[in-house]
Order: sequence, then C-alpha cells, then structure tokens
Amino acid sequence: MDEIRLTVDGREVKVKKGATVLEAAQAAGVYIPTLCHDPDLEPYGGCRLCVVEIEKMRGLPTSCTTPATEGMVVHTDTPAANDVRRAAVELLCADHYSECLTCPQNQRCELQKVAAYLGITRLPYPKTTRTFPVDDSNPFFDLDRNRCILCARCVRACNEITCVGAIDLAYRGYQSKVATFGDQLMISSICKSCGECVAHCPTGALAPKESRRPTREVLTTCPYCGVGCQMSLGIRGHEIVSVRGKREDSPNKGWLCVKGRYGIGEFVSHPDRLTAPLVRRDGELKKVSWDEALDLVARKLASYQKGEVAVITSAKCTNEENYVFQKLARAVLGTNNVDHCARL
Amino acid sequence: MTNSIGELKDAACILAIGSNTTAAHPVIGFIVKQATRKGNKLIVANPREIELVRYADIWLQQNPGSDVALLMGMARVIVAEGLLDQAFIEQRGENFAAFRESLKDFDLDSVAQITGVPVAKIVEAARLYATTRPASIIYAMGITQHSHGTDNVMAIANLAMLTGNVGKPSSGVNPLRGQNNVQGACDMGALPNVYSGYQAVSNPAVKAKFESAWGVTLDDKPGLTLTEIMDAAHQGKIKAVYLIGENPVLSDPDASHVRKALEKLDFLVVQDIFLTETAQLADVILPGVSFAEKEGTFTNTERRVQRVRQALAPVGEARSDWWIACEIARRMGGKGFDFASPAQIMAEIARVTPSYGGITYDRLETGGLTWPCPDEKHPGTPILHTAQFTRGKGQFLPLKYKPPQELPDAEYPLILTTGRSLFQFHTGTMSRKVGGLNKFMGEELVEINPADAAALGIADGDTVRITSRRDTVAARAKLTATTPPGVVFMTFHFAESPANRLTSPALDPVAKIPELKVCAVRVEKLKQSVAV
Ligand code: FES
Repeated sequence: MDEIRLTVDGREVKVKKGATVLEAAQAAGVYIPTLCHDPDLEPYGGCRLCVVEIEKMRGLPTSCTTPATEGMVVHTDTPAANDVRRAAVELLCADHYSECLTCPQNQRCELQKVAAYLGITRLPYPKTTRTFPVDDSNPFFDLDRNRCILCARCVRACNEITCVGAIDLAYRGYQSKVATFGDQLMISSICKSCGECVAHCPTGALAPKESRRPTREVLTTCPYCGVGCQMSLGIRGHEIVSVRGKREDSPNKGWLCVKGRYGIGEFVSHPDRLTAPLVRRDGELKKVSWDEALDLVARKLASYQKGEVAVITSAKCTNEENYVFQKLARAVLGTNNVDHCARL
Repeated sequence: MTNSIGELKDAACILAIGSNTTAAHPVIGFIVKQATRKGNKLIVANPREIELVRYADIWLQQNPGSDVALLMGMARVIVAEGLLDQAFIEQRGENFAAFRESLKDFDLDSVAQITGVPVAKIVEAARLYATTRPASIIYAMGITQHSHGTDNVMAIANLAMLTGNVGKPSSGVNPLRGQNNVQGACDMGALPNVYSGYQAVSNPAVKAKFESAWGVTLDDKPGLTLTEIMDAAHQGKIKAVYLIGENPVLSDPDASHVRKALEKLDFLVVQDIFLTETAQLADVILPGVSFAEKEGTFTNTERRVQRVRQALAPVGEARSDWWIACEIARRMGGKGFDFASPAQIMAEIARVTPSYGGITYDRLETGGLTWPCPDEKHPGTPILHTAQFTRGKGQFLPLKYKPPQELPDAEYPLILTTGRSLFQFHTGTMSRKVGGLNKFMGEELVEINPADAAALGIADGDTVRITSRRDTVAARAKLTATTPPGVVFMTFHFAESPANRLTSPALDPVAKIPELKVCAVRVEKLKQSVAV
C-alpha cells in the first residue's frame, strides 16, 4: 500500500495514496471548516470553505478536492484562507433565515459551526427579505428553502446514493434553488422518500417532521426486508423519535429506505398493539392473566395426539425464538410439523 | 446469497431476474443502481417494466412463468459460442454432458416463442452475461414462487457455473430473501425436515445428537409443510395450531381455503403484536413484542447474523416471544427451556449447529458474523463455495420447460402476477399502521395495461372485480404500461383486496412453494371512478 507523508499545520501525518488534503488534515486532527463536503459523496468543491494554503502552490486550493502529495506543507488557519471563508459565510448568512432557536437543526447545524469557527458575530450586509414557502407536502420531511445554503449535498445524495435524481439545483444566481423536476411539490415528484437528502443536509433546510431529539440511541437491525440494515433507534421516553443508518460494519453503509427510516416508530407505539393475553369465551375475546392463558394453552396442546398439532413460526421473530419454537414442537409436542412462511 | 451484498457494487455485470429490487429490497436496489453508474452492466429480466429497467443495458421482458426457457436459451448461446469457463466446468462441475444434451430442446426460435423475448435479445444478454466477469445473479420470489420454482433456481445455478461465476468476489447466485429473518428462521430449523443448520431429521446420527442434547426421543419422519398443514387442518387431521407472528389468511395462496382450514381447528393459538386477520380466528391470543422491545439476532439475506437490541420496555403486559414459548414448554413438562436470556439460547444454538458454532453475543457486539462460522476463531464466510461446493462438485442439471399450471383461457383470459410495493410490507400488519406510508399507497391498485383496460371499458380509478377459479376480489384499477398486455398485477398488502384469495395453490414439487406469480383471472368493471 502506497503511503504519503505530509505536514498539516506543523503536524506530520501519513495517509493512503489518493487521500485528499482535507482527509489528511482530519487524520492529523486538524479541523478545516467545510459545508459542501460529505464523506458519503464525491468531492464537490462548491462552498470554498475548506480552502487552505499549500507551500509551493499558488492560490487557495479547496482541500476537499486537492489530492495529498508527498512532502506537502499545508497551512489551514491563515488570514488569506479565513478571509475567503468569512466572505463566503457572510454571504450565506445574509441570505439565510436565521431563526436558529426554532430551527430543527439548531446546535447540529454546520453553518452555525463554521460561523462560530470564523467568529462571525455581526453581518456586514443587510438581510434579504425574500422568503420561499415551505414545501411540507411529504408526510415525513419538510423542505424549507429559506434555510438552504445550496451546498447540493441533498442533490448529490439523491443522485449518487439512491440514483433516483428527484431533485436538482434549478435556476441561476440569486434565483438558484433545490427543485424537483418541473418545480413541483416534493410529493408530486419521483421522490421515494428514503430521506437520504435529509440525512445529508447540513442545515435545517431538509428536516424530518418529527423534530424532537432523542435522549438515547440503541443500535439494532431493521425489522422490514431481508437486507438487515443496521440502524440506531433514537429513543425519547417510550417512543422512537428518530432512526439513523449505521455506516461502518453494516450491509447498508448508513443508507436506509422509507420504511426503515420513517416506518418504525408509529407501528411500534401504535394504540392497536395487543397488550394482554386474550381467551375466547362464548365467542368473545376476554382479557386473562398470563398464568391462565399459558396454563390453558399447555393443557390444550397436551391433549392431542402427536401428529394432530402443528407449530407455525415466524420469519419476523428472532433466531433464538425460532430455535425455541422448533424445539418446543419437536421435543415437547413430539412433532416435526413446524414451518413458517419462507416460501411466501 | 452465495456472496455478500456489498460485493454487488463491483460486479461487472448483474443479472436481476424475478426481483423488483428497488421495491422489495430498496437498499440493495441503491447498490445495483450505483453499480450501473460506475458503468457496470445490468440485465433485467422481468415481465413488468420495473424501476430497474431504466438503469438496465438489456431488458428481457419474458412472459410470466417462462424463466427456465429464457435461462436455458441463454445457456445454449453461451455453449454454442464457446463463451463458457471450460476450466471451471472441468475442475468444479459434473454432469455437464447431460446438461449440454438437454440444451437441444431449447432452440432459440422456440425459446423466443415461449418467452416472448426476441432471439437477438437473448443472444445479446447471454453474451453480455458470459463475457463480463465477475457477474452476479440476483433473484427473488419472481423465480421461486412458481410450480417449477426449483427448476428456475437450478437454471440460474447452471448459468453461473457455466461461466465460472461461483466462489469468487462479486459473482454468485444471490437469492434476496423477503422478510427480515426468513434466512434465520430456516437456519434455526423452523422447517419440517431439518433441525437448525439444515441437519436432516431423517439422519440417524443427527437424530441421536439432538436426542442426547435435548434428553428426549425424537421423530425421524419429516413433518408437514405450511401448505400441507392447512390441508390437513381442512381434513380434520391437524386439530391444534400454535401460530406465531404470521398472517396466513392474507399471505397464503387460496386464502379462503386457509381461513376455512383455521376455522375448522379445534384449538388455535395466535401470538402476535396486533390483532391480525388470522388472530381474529384464534381461541387464545398471546401478546408478543416488536423487535424494538426485545434482545436477539436476525440473519439477513447474505447470511450475516446481527444483533437486535431492546430499545423500549414491552407495551402493557406483552412479553418476548421466546419467553412465552419457553413458558408453554415448561408448563407441558418440557426440559431444557430454562433460558434466562436470548444469549443463553444462542449458546445452545452454537453447541448443536455447526454453521453457527462460533457465534456468540460477545462477538456480535462489534458487528455481524456471516455463517458458516464453525468456531470462535473463525471470521465468518462472506463468499460460499470458494474451493468446493457443499456436496463436493457442482452438479449441472438437465432441465425441461414446464408451463405454469394455470394458463389463461377463454373464461379467465388474463394472467395475475403478485408482488410488493416500496411503501408497504407483506400483509401490512406493521406498515399500514404508518400514516405516511399509507399516504403513498393506502389501498390496493390493480395494475392493468391500457390496451387491456380499453378492451374491457375500464378507466383509471374504476373499481374492478378480479375473479380466478377460486374467488373474487374487488379493487381499484391503475392503468399503466408498467404491466404488459395480458397481465394484471396486484400486491398482497391489503386485507380489503386480498390478492391471495385468487392465487393458485399449485406447488413446486420439491420446495413446496406455491405458484403465487401466475394464475388465470378475468377482470370486470364494477363501478365508475368518482372524480375527486
Ligand atoms: S468543503 Fe470543500 S469546497 Fe465545500
């Protein structure tokens, strides 16, 4: 494996050949502000926040698109770089709906983070007064273009990850915006609601409708199809309020579909869930205690000949449960009449 | 799958047959599409113009049920043009001569006749698949749910072996399993003929091993399959059923027959998280918990065993399904059901199941493990058959084309085929509880080609009646060229329009999988759509 050595802000670092200057800086533990960069997406070089100075190189190259080379000497925190960054962020802020307190991404927003890094506390330009209507047509997430910084991460996620291409940057200059084909509402577009755009938005422009933050997360496996996506369920009290894909050591590399990302919390906490054992008496289902229900089942199942009983198990249940079900059938009920819907 | 999901991205060619990947396995759909963006080749074989067709280099629009003819036709081209992997066939295969002989029946003109795919396309696809390596085949229920489903799978295996696309990265034969843990339920022996790890109940050594592990005498005669259980219940031979987390009243073919069978039972126990259509028939209902309320493992379609972790306390008095089953066993005097946790159950699974021998909760803490994983040092096996096949050599199987058991006729002139929507799941027990998903697809829509619809006087949104030899179902019509003329398409997500009342119970003789992908129906207009 080819390795490269370079120096970033005085720190020596070794990276694999093909790494960018930004990746080298991150490996060296040096923070470079970024907005359009996303490790899941191809380098873009659109926001110019990540500019650096490199000795023996002219100008201010964007570190997210510049390959690291042997012996490079990189300076990330220079007045020239910070001037460029400041100009870029000030322009973005002038055009940005800055009601941070009521923004779903408050304190997770990457624009907040870079503005803080640059120490921007007042804006030299008047705020724009233009407002876009919020597109809240999708049942799972909203598109608020007033919070968009045109980094195109959503557009690129939709293109590069899902390959759907439901959204693009439309119009030019001041008119630029993220739009669906024909500038329709999101719900009328070819969008499949997987939410990859939402997961990759650095600001609150694309945000889930469920905006409460979880107080803890639990890593688990999605209950829908056979892909086995790894996901973190965000828990708030007795509810699942968010779902995040897991990027490392997972079949899904962090990606999720509409059912996995948005189709779990509501069924788990649905009021129709069965909450107590029920026994049919005189044609009616009546609530009973566990002891009563279990004794009845055990007594009844024991009353048949071996071949008269069957166990139908579930492809939704865990391995451990299916093992116990077939053991129950074979070792206790004395029958191999055990199957599930593998064939359906 | 013989190979892992991630490898698909580097498959130089992917043949997707009988799989509506972007709807049924959306994240694998992402990866297939990403592969095409890199310039890798994609061949889609599907009667319907599914989303993947837009990304395909070649689309083979075969008639429903004609897959064996299509695949054998491709094999014939590969053999005739010398595009086969001679070295692989000699070293790893057997019975090749007989297989080659059987290709004689598949002259391309008759294959084109049977499949409806032009000869030139079959040739083009065969060349692309055979010469673009590594090539990976993915398939799903569109292959298996036929009265000749086993033949379909064998035809796929033949094609992969013929071109040496087995046992190498990004190649292989890759069935995509429908439910989250179908793979695991099979692995665990929730099947009538095998214990966990596919150890045959009829094998005396296996029987002796489980008898000593469990301390009981066991039966060496395979039991009844799901479909056979329903028939036996109908005949009064099965009197009691303990049914967990399934909804056969919607998912099984000829569903009215299933309902009647369950109604005939003397005693039906249903364990589920919702009062499903099936649970409504039960004598006792036991409340299980959802995946979010329990510990355990699922095994995904690439054989990767991964952890399920408890995130919430059970609702009400609901209990974990393993706990409930152990309680029933104990109350019946069963020994060996004193598990305190799923981790302990996994320890027993590992002891008696060679392919899960090295799987422990400790190891799963840092990520999944792919079986076979025989011991605690073993890293798992993402690619199967790298050095040899399970049975030693890979057997080429001579095949014959068999038409679907039910074909259209004057009375039932259309073919009904079934499938899944991206926005719903299986019988809708979980997904229909989600308001947003219902907004995308909240009711059954029978897809009909505009040409057929015009002939029947049906407009988009009209309510129609679909009738097969078994039953009648009503739903609204959706006119779309996605579904070809002569074919109508339904999902099975909706209890109000239960497609499986119509489907055929004809079984594959080996796998006992019902022919859900082809049955004959007629469609009539019931009611004009009301303009909204
Ligand atoms: S992060 Fe490099 S240009 Fe935006």
